[in-house]
Amino acid sequence: MIQVENLHKKFSKNQVLTGLDLNIQEGGIFAILGPNGSGKTTLIKIILGMVIADKGTVSVFGKHIKNKWKYRQEIEYLPQIANFPGNLRVKELIRMIKDLRQQPCEEKRLIELFGLQPFMDKKLATLSGGTKQKVNIVLAFMFNSPLIILDEPTTGLDPAALISLKELIQKEKQEGKTILITSHIMQFVEEVADEIVYLLEGKIYFKGGISELMEKTAQTNFEHAIAAIATKKSNA
Amino acid sequence: MRYLNGLLVIIIMFSGHCLSAETISVCSTCKIKSIKEGIKTAAEFDTLLIKKGTYKEFNILIDKPLTLLGENFPIIDGEDQGEIIRVTADNVTIDGLFIINVGTSYTSDYAAIRVVKSENFIIQNIVLEKLFFGIYLEKSNNGKVYHNKIIGDAVDEYNSGNGIQLWYSKNVEVDRNIVQGVRDGIYLEFSDNITINNNISTNNLRYGLHFMFSNDDIYTNNTFENNGAGVAVMFSKRIKMIGNTFRKNWGAAAFGMLLKEINDAEISGNTFEENTIGINIEGSNRIKYINNNFIKNGWAIKVLGACYTNTFEKNNFLYNSFDISYNSKLNDNVFNQNYWSDYAGYDLDQNGIGDVPYRPVKLFSYIVNRTPETIVLLRSLFMDIIDFSEKVSPVFTPDNLLDANPLMKRTK
Amino acid sequence: MLKILKYSFYDLMRSRWSYVYFLFYLALGFVLLFLNNDVSKAVITLMNIIIVLVPLIGTIFGVMYYYDSKEFTELLLAQPIKRSSIFLGQYLGVACSLTLSLVLGLGIPFLLYGLFKSNVIFDFSLLLVTGAFLTLIFTAIAFNIALSNENKIKGFGYAVLAWLFLAVVYDGLFLMSLIVFEEYPLDSFSLAATMFNPIDLSRTLILLKLDISALLGYTGAVFKEFFGTNTGLIISILMLLLWTVLPIGRLAYKAKRKDF
Repeated sequence: MIQVENLHKKFSKNQVLTGLDLNIQEGGIFAILGPNGSGKTTLIKIILGMVIADKGTVSVFGKHIKNKWKYRQEIEYLPQIANFPGNLRVKELIRMIKDLRQQPCEEKRLIELFGLQPFMDKKLATLSGGTKQKVNIVLAFMFNSPLIILDEPTTGLDPAALISLKELIQKEKQEGKTILITSHIMQFVEEVADEIVYLLEGKIYFKGGISELMEKTAQTNFEHAIAAIATKKSNA
Repeated sequence: MRYLNGLLVIIIMFSGHCLSAETISVCSTCKIKSIKEGIKTAAEFDTLLIKKGTYKEFNILIDKPLTLLGENFPIIDGEDQGEIIRVTADNVTIDGLFIINVGTSYTSDYAAIRVVKSENFIIQNIVLEKLFFGIYLEKSNNGKVYHNKIIGDAVDEYNSGNGIQLWYSKNVEVDRNIVQGVRDGIYLEFSDNITINNNISTNNLRYGLHFMFSNDDIYTNNTFENNGAGVAVMFSKRIKMIGNTFRKNWGAAAFGMLLKEINDAEISGNTFEENTIGINIEGSNRIKYINNNFIKNGWAIKVLGACYTNTFEKNNFLYNSFDISYNSKLNDNVFNQNYWSDYAGYDLDQNGIGDVPYRPVKLFSYIVNRTPETIVLLRSLFMDIIDFSEKVSPVFTPDNLLDANPLMKRTK
Repeated sequence: MLKILKYSFYDLMRSRWSYVYFLFYLALGFVLLFLNNDVSKAVITLMNIIIVLVPLIGTIFGVMYYYDSKEFTELLLAQPIKRSSIFLGQYLGVACSLTLSLVLGLGIPFLLYGLFKSNVIFDFSLLLVTGAFLTLIFTAIAFNIALSNENKIKGFGYAVLAWLFLAVVYDGLFLMSLIVFEEYPLDSFSLAATMFNPIDLSRTLILLKLDISALLGYTGAVFKEFFGTNTGLIISILMLLLWTVLPIGRLAYKAKRKDF
């Protein structure tokens, strides 16, 4: 589904990606992990075409994405920080995105699921962080696309919403979709992810299942296993 | 019976008059077929009635008091041979002719009608086309040039003549003429006490009206449009210029009015509109400028050289690029109670007079005088800032050049 | 692109600043016309205001809108929309709403005053066309500056400096160079220098209407050809178009290559 080859990206003096190769096949939930500044968001944004790579190629659905934009019809994206135009109402924002994408859409169910009905006529600037994140989730899940990319989806969510989110992710997985997630909440990752992609120093350090990872690091706890990668590397 | 006697007396008197002044017809089928022949046969004070037709004649000499009256504008075609009519007698009237093709020469000033050393002449209702000089008055006094139309096609100054020219002539009235496309529309040299009213002088190469060494003349209600310069008044005294309109005299050396070495003149109630320079003043003193309108000129008034004791009062300065321009730091002229559309002051005591004096000279006008190309920076913010600072504390412009009583409303 | 334009436009139409801008021009128009009762003077005053204020407002609004709508932009970037459409749409949204504020704000009082009966309709339309051009040009310049500067304060500063340079400093340098080189024939140079500054260019366009009498006072043949015929009008309008197209082109080019 996604092929990344020899990807390089530098922000001014900061080399973020150094020859990253990655192949993600269709179906399943992939967690992209890594310490702060390891290039998770950059990788996602390159896949989305928001950041332009210095070197290397990215193919999505078997096609190069350079200077293309139509392939984003098949991707749903939840950005890391839910910033929206402040003077739009929630209703208008949803209507606008629907208008822009012109695709079949099931926002009603999601609005009910996250209990957003009372906020539909409120301006986005007046919403709390958690509510904004819920709107963000609705926008990301309301279309029926084969590839879903979630950047820190759990930020600011209350437990009930978190459960709904997990259910939502599982449901999408069952429908055979491919889901990319980044998160700092290891418990959440452990619960939902089928496979881990671990980024370190601009490259893929590890790719495989959770059990594989624990084996490799000789840890019994997932969180410790992840921590072990970071410390081992820094000790070496 | 008594009535019959009276009638008889009248008839006798009438026929007696006819005997002394006959009317002689001239036409192609008449007994007399040419104008020259007509003049030869006519007695003094006779009338030559010239019927419609074309008369190919030139050098026609009128040497006795006659009236030449055209019927339905007969054409006199000079065929570019030279002068067409010359008047050397007093009491001559020329009326209703259409004169064309005056000869052009570099050595003599051929005219359509030349009046030489004669008095009491009347030249009226004449139409002139394809001319060199039009109506030329030479040392002739007490005459009238009335309601003529002079249409030239002059291209270059050196081989074109003037529409109406007065040379050493006095007490002449020039009224309701239309002059266009010649060198100078109306030209006066050494001619005093001339009245020039209601003429329209347009599209002339040099000046619409031109005074040289002529004194005590007056011109009113004339229109001067699109000439090289509207009116040039040079080396003359006591000229009155009232109620004239000067429009669209555009170009590098184009003025509505050019004053050069003029003293004691009065300029009032005139309108100067859309001229490159409204009035260009050089070395002129004791002139009163009252109730004139200066509208949308490049420079309303440009003062060059020494000009003393001139008064500018109750004029309207409306939307000119520059109101006044000086080339020196000295000022001996008075500006009082004018209306300036650029004035931005206030009138707290509501007496119709602005409480802050107005400085009509912009520093920018000095800069443009020095480097003309800077004109492209007109109305730029940078220039406005410079002009403003100069207005606050004058350094380059004459300190006393201001209108202490600027009007808040334009004068009617 | 039209959809983005629509949303940006509606977004701005609802913002307070558009109304302030609109009301400002409305008030200005009414004050100039109905208090002064002098259309010619009103046109001259408006011209002075337009060539200074319109670029400033265009610059500030452009920069402000760009930074304010960063989130909106990022939201859109993940959607299946062409990049250039996003930026051009936003740009046109800002430029159009500003132009609309200007045209309506000044147009309404002039219409009420009975402009169509007066003979300054030409001058006035030229004024509005020039104002529209200046809005398009300076909003585009502002977007370019904002796009090249992540730092909001820096971008804002550069934009204001750019305005200051084109509105005032440029003319100062221009004047000085004319005076320094006054012995040389300068008419081609001075016309060329005018072409390189959109504010000067618009000013020239208006001078052609208001001050033609003064402009024809200069003897240079190039000047005569430029101001005396329609050449000046045509060249100025073409140059203004070029000034509009170039920054928009750069905007589209830069937008394609930028990371978000």
